[in-house]
Amino acid sequence: MARGNVARPLTAIRQPSVLPGFGLTFGFTTFFLSALVLLPLAALVFMAASMSWSEFLHVVSSGRAIGSYRLSFGASLLAACINLVFGFVIAWTLVRYRFPGRKLVDALIDMPFALPTAVSGIALTTVFAQNGWIGQYLSVLGIRVAYTWIGVTVALTLIGMPFMVRTLQPAIAEVQRDLEEAAETLGAGRLYVFRRIVLPTVLPAMLTGFTLAFARAVGEYGSVIFIAGNIPKKTEITPLLIVIHLQEFDYRGAAALGFVMLVMSFIVLLTINLIHSWGRRRLVATAH
Amino acid sequence: MAGGIPFALREELASRPGRETFIAELVRWGLVVLSLGFLGALLLAPLATVFAVAFEHGLAAYWSSFADPDTRAAIRLTLLTAAVVVPLNTAFGLAAAWCIAKFEFKGKSFLITLIDLPLAISPVISGMMFVLLFGLQGWFGAWLQDHDISIIFALPGIILATMLVTFPYVARELIPLMQQLGNDEEEAAITMGAGGWMTFFRVTLPKVRWGLIYGVILCNARAMGEFGAVSVVSGHIRGLTDTMPLTIEILYQQYNFVGAFAVASLLTLLAVVTLLIKSLVERTGYKRR
Repeated sequence: MARGNVARPLTAIRQPSVLPGFGLTFGFTTFFLSALVLLPLAALVFMAASMSWSEFLHVVSSGRAIGSYRLSFGASLLAACINLVFGFVIAWTLVRYRFPGRKLVDALIDMPFALPTAVSGIALTTVFAQNGWIGQYLSVLGIRVAYTWIGVTVALTLIGMPFMVRTLQPAIAEVQRDLEEAAETLGAGRLYVFRRIVLPTVLPAMLTGFTLAFARAVGEYGSVIFIAGNIPKKTEITPLLIVIHLQEFDYRGAAALGFVMLVMSFIVLLTINLIHSWGRRRLVATAH
Repeated sequence: MAGGIPFALREELASRPGRETFIAELVRWGLVVLSLGFLGALLLAPLATVFAVAFEHGLAAYWSSFADPDTRAAIRLTLLTAAVVVPLNTAFGLAAAWCIAKFEFKGKSFLITLIDLPLAISPVISGMMFVLLFGLQGWFGAWLQDHDISIIFALPGIILATMLVTFPYVARELIPLMQQLGNDEEEAAITMGAGGWMTFFRVTLPKVRWGLIYGVILCNARAMGEFGAVSVVSGHIRGLTDTMPLTIEILYQQYNFVGAFAVASLLTLLAVVTLLIKSLVERTGYKRR
């Protein structure tokens, strides 16, 4: 601790350590983040702030913008709900059951992470088009997927799926099976065990996965624009509307919409943090 | 195994609800079929389509799509972008992880939040921020034009946008790993007289190598496949500023499906190789934190 008493310029912001390299790595990290994140972020915020209030409102509450929020947020919410169900089923299957090809399926879950969004976009459109492998059967039932909001939801479901499965897998593995078995021997039914033992344990993970899948879906662009149809007010997502503003060199309009989406992202991040601290508190509460 | 259990106990186990009953089997197979059906429709069918359409008109048509000079230029541009972006982001990831995991300082959680930010915002917004900075009507637009420097609709813009979207991958892999592994070995090395760089290369780097590989391959996959952010800054000049994902879009819109899916098949193979390396890394016992 004696070193801490020696006057050194950096001790003002950091605690002493024998390890070298703080100045170099801290400098590089902050420079990199300032140039790549803070400066561009400031440009966006200032560009949006340079608009008058009425001008800002005019852009962000135009009929086309409102329609795009409805689709972006609505379809993302629906996709996250679908993932809540199927993500749980997939995670449960992978953790609890042994079947041929399980390892391969487990590895494939990460495919949407690794697959470029443009590829999944054109591939999904082809599969769900009216003459596509799956689309032809759905069109017999009168369901049109490609170029409708249903297609948008399908694409967003694919994008969000790994988030849900990967968040749920460790949580399901942690469910105490002896508790389940004890409940069963005491005569609890299958659904009762699920509701009272499995669900409470995995609930924080489910909510985290839901929020992550939702957040990713709201900002998604590449896999959606091919399957969406992109008709204003109907099948046009907010990120596409931003791109259209930029292509018309309406930087301020684009910045205003971007600002709205940024605020939404912050709210989502905040929600995730709240869920985390809630989950930890609950864990501590049950441990006592 | 079952032979080792006394008959009476086996009988008792079998009679327990939720064990080997008919309904349990039904639920098990129902859930397996449901999972596989969902993944088959949403994941496997699109993947198979990529290759089915790419080879629709035979191998010759497939190969000839890569003879197109614009497609070749796009492949070169994507490789060039990844070659610049991945090393820079790796250096950043190592520096950020060393700084955040090895020291206690004020503002640390703010740095971590900034590193997480690109993962939370839309790639379109990431690209747009650079347009607002360097575009014609952006902050530095007029100055850049006076000095005849082009960033937007040119290579520097593509590199910057790709960097912003992909830099968290290495850092986010390394920070929790280094935090968990602790500083004991490094402190021992330093107190025994090793220099900082020597400690880094001989102690830290071997310790975190699997996490580093993991982060780098994910960063590379995302860098080569990035669409939204690059699409905003590229300007779509064929043969000049079109990357592979952007070329897919253009060919697809021109109804050149074989061409579009041929390029897409390359990126799909990249994704498969990425997942393969990832599985190999996980087989060493490396676990994501």
